[in-house]
Amino acid sequence: MDVIDVSWGDPHRGGLKPLTFVRQVLAACFYPELVQSDKLPVDVKQRARSLLSACDGGSVGSYTLSDGISYIQCSVSNFISRRDGGVPSSPENIFMTSGSQRSLMLVLKLLVHNQASLPTGVLTAVPSYTAFKSALQTLGATVVPYYLDEEQGWAMEVEELRRALQASKGICNTVALYVINPGNPTGHVQSRKCIEEVIRFAAEERLFLMADEVYQESVFGEGSEFVSYKKVLSEMGPPLSHTVELASFHSASKGFMGECGLRGGYVELVNLDPAVMRYAYTIFSTDICAPVTGQLALELMANPPRPGDPSYPVYAQETQSIQAMLVHNMNWVPEVLNNIPGISCQPMMGGAFVFPRLYLPQAAIEKAKVVGMQPDLWYCKQLLEEAGVCVRPGCEYGQTEGNHHIRLCVMTPVETMEEVLKRLKNFHLHFLKEFS
Amino acid sequence: MTENGLGHRERVLNVDTMNPNVKRIEYAVRGPIVQRAVQIEKELKEGVKKPFTEVIKANIGDAHAMGQKPITFFRQVIALCVYPDLLEDEKFPEDAKNRARRILQACGGGSLGAYSASSGIEVIRQDVAKYIEKRDGGIPSNPDNIYLSTGASDAIATMLKLLTSGEGKTRTGVMISIPQYPLYSAALAELAAVQISYYLDEDKCWSLDVNELRRAVKAAREHCNPRALCIINPGNPTGQVQSRQCIENVIRFAAEEHLFLMADEVYQDNVYMEGCQFHSFKKVLFEMGSEYSSVVELASFHSTSKCYMGECGFRGGYMEVINMDPEVKLQLTKLVSVRLCPSIPGQALLDLVVNHPQPDEPSYATFIKERTANLHILSEKAKMTEQVLNTVPGIHCNPVQGAMYTFPRLTLPEKAINAAKEKEQAPDMFYCMKLLEETGICLVPGSGFGQRDGTYHFRMTILPATEKLKIVLEKIREFHKRFTEEFS
Repeated sequence: MDVIDVSWGDPHRGGLKPLTFVRQVLAACFYPELVQSDKLPVDVKQRARSLLSACDGGSVGSYTLSDGISYIQCSVSNFISRRDGGVPSSPENIFMTSGSQRSLMLVLKLLVHNQASLPTGVLTAVPSYTAFKSALQTLGATVVPYYLDEEQGWAMEVEELRRALQASKGICNTVALYVINPGNPTGHVQSRKCIEEVIRFAAEERLFLMADEVYQESVFGEGSEFVSYKKVLSEMGPPLSHTVELASFHSASKGFMGECGLRGGYVELVNLDPAVMRYAYTIFSTDICAPVTGQLALELMANPPRPGDPSYPVYAQETQSIQAMLVHNMNWVPEVLNNIPGISCQPMMGGAFVFPRLYLPQAAIEKAKVVGMQPDLWYCKQLLEEAGVCVRPGCEYGQTEGNHHIRLCVMTPVETMEEVLKRLKNFHLHFLKEFS
Repeated sequence: MTENGLGHRERVLNVDTMNPNVKRIEYAVRGPIVQRAVQIEKELKEGVKKPFTEVIKANIGDAHAMGQKPITFFRQVIALCVYPDLLEDEKFPEDAKNRARRILQACGGGSLGAYSASSGIEVIRQDVAKYIEKRDGGIPSNPDNIYLSTGASDAIATMLKLLTSGEGKTRTGVMISIPQYPLYSAALAELAAVQISYYLDEDKCWSLDVNELRRAVKAAREHCNPRALCIINPGNPTGQVQSRQCIENVIRFAAEEHLFLMADEVYQDNVYMEGCQFHSFKKVLFEMGSEYSSVVELASFHSTSKCYMGECGFRGGYMEVINMDPEVKLQLTKLVSVRLCPSIPGQALLDLVVNHPQPDEPSYATFIKERTANLHILSEKAKMTEQVLNTVPGIHCNPVQGAMYTFPRLTLPEKAINAAKEKEQAPDMFYCMKLLEETGICLVPGSGFGQRDGTYHFRMTILPATEKLKIVLEKIREFHKRFTEEFS
């Protein structure tokens, strides 16, 4: 039986196709002879020419400046400004890296103060994407967990942030608050009101805000709208808009492009101390520069074909088709899951994943204990071996003690998703029977 | 609360609350002189009048930036990989298409856009292992010991992180050469590991003397726990190519002193001088017999940024670990997973470097012509650089045996040294800044790499196109004369 792997947030691995315009431009950048080819659309060739002339020696094989290719920093800051309804963005505050995980690590390196009497702490959601927690541990910093409210669709509550911060006193020196919006693994999209509350809380408690917004393009839930932390902060006006320190993270790995393997990410640093910005440049420079392929991908994300461009029809058709798939899955997957006895799933508003709850029979929990595994990890192992479906267990992301979950990527073609849910349902019913 | 009553609010992240280790990082290759060069470039673009029309960035080992052309075959395959529709295009040779198909088959969803395993695509690690075996005369290489990385820098920083532990007198000490490529000193500063400097011998063509290693490690044991020895061969910035005898001595020393060896070999194809030859640390280690080959722990680093391909922007690289403790290896695998995976195009490019066209393949003729030409031109430029600089009174240049740089010694007038001190600048920084402002040539002062007290150097790349390099060398000659006169 073939294995269907929906455990990665990796659209191409799951079967999505790359965007034609993106790949044509990249090909022409890699092999500039193609810029003369009559087989490529005019706008592709024009874009490749612009990008190549922004590279030293006209080659994507040259190093770039450590904060990124200037032309691309400008494209990205224009993109941010357009996205945020005109809120200004400065290219000097944009740093390009080999992906958002690297951006997060580099910002943490500025924040984590290992010589203080207490370790540095960072407020991190439960559940939350694993790699960030690993990064904290690598730096010797402490995860300060705040619980998202499953019953409220995994909403973030300021009271819970307050409790978590209070609980960390004496254990660590909590300096930052890490938010993922849209959420991973939860699929929750924060309301503007909630973002304002979080910003106010960060200002009151003197916390550095880290907003991981890599899934911002994938917001299609009814009534949901992505609004960036930067935009909300700016619209809250002074003094907050000029004082709250914010790092916003985005990448080319998700959204319509799904180009995880090209390793393109950026961070926008807002309201940082100018002296610290100089050190930021130094720490980013020790990587020399981000991979040029990733920087190019970000430019294409920031500056896609527009109506009237020769490549626009294909681009529109491809992105609409991805959007249709995602909208379909977002509505339908939680519904199917909710109809499986022993599984419940919060509505999915955005992002790439669902994080359904498993109500495991006591006998199954006991069995897992005997084997020495977390119950949902053991469940995933059985699901893989017996049904050929690969998902990730909730214990990796964090959850309330005694609760169990799995994470599935729904940025996956509909036919694949149908097969996954069919197999999951059969497996789960069988599982319930076996351990009843 | 508020400073000077103006409502100024102190930032959460300020120079006092930030990570103090970051404040100690200096990375001269991208440091203040380069930042000034970038500023000057902006000014030139804006039409500001200067005694020159362009900034020549001879500060960084970036061949393409200086006009070297990419290897055709490599770029054809990468283009085919990124836009597989081109597989139908007859303009691309069949061997390029086969390579592309093979790489794409190994990618998730058949796309360069999918994540790979953290240590890299398996089939590429296998190809790297085969390349190492072939290079080292058949000594086996296990793909499980190969970790692909984002340039060699990523792997080097990872190893140093793994090695650093302890506190106070038990804090890890790492031996690095003086002069060295400042990634090492920067990484050690960031990790708060102890830097143990060992001096290369300028009078003996920057060679390494084991007695100097012994001196350094003995002194270091008083205040830290020496655990690793880093060596760059061929050397950066010095360009020396270590003799086989020297490599054996270093291995023996590492075994005696129980040190983890880190061999940075990114310039392994860049060997120019007659009588010099690249010997990989791994090869020498295994040829020394099992007394050493079964115990000495070694990590060897390579990348796609240098040699004849110069594909810096792709950030492709790997390390091979030898005799690593299996439990540590598990931790290493876990550590690299935090950054997810190296760039897939970089991995693909590395695959082509280790699996390049063979004599029976259609692209071979062009490939070998391009490779030979690139290496030959570098060799010519290395010779020319050494020759010209040595005709300048006050500049002495050791032979550029390999790599991509020259690191000549400068005799600076006392007055200049004092002027520099007044400006609180290292004398060679003072010199290089003046050179930049007067000629637009950007070099990196020797103080950025480390040098014996009271000596001054600069590092210049040999990469500008030959005609331009001639002009650069002339300008340096003129500048040095002017400078010496001005400060006499």
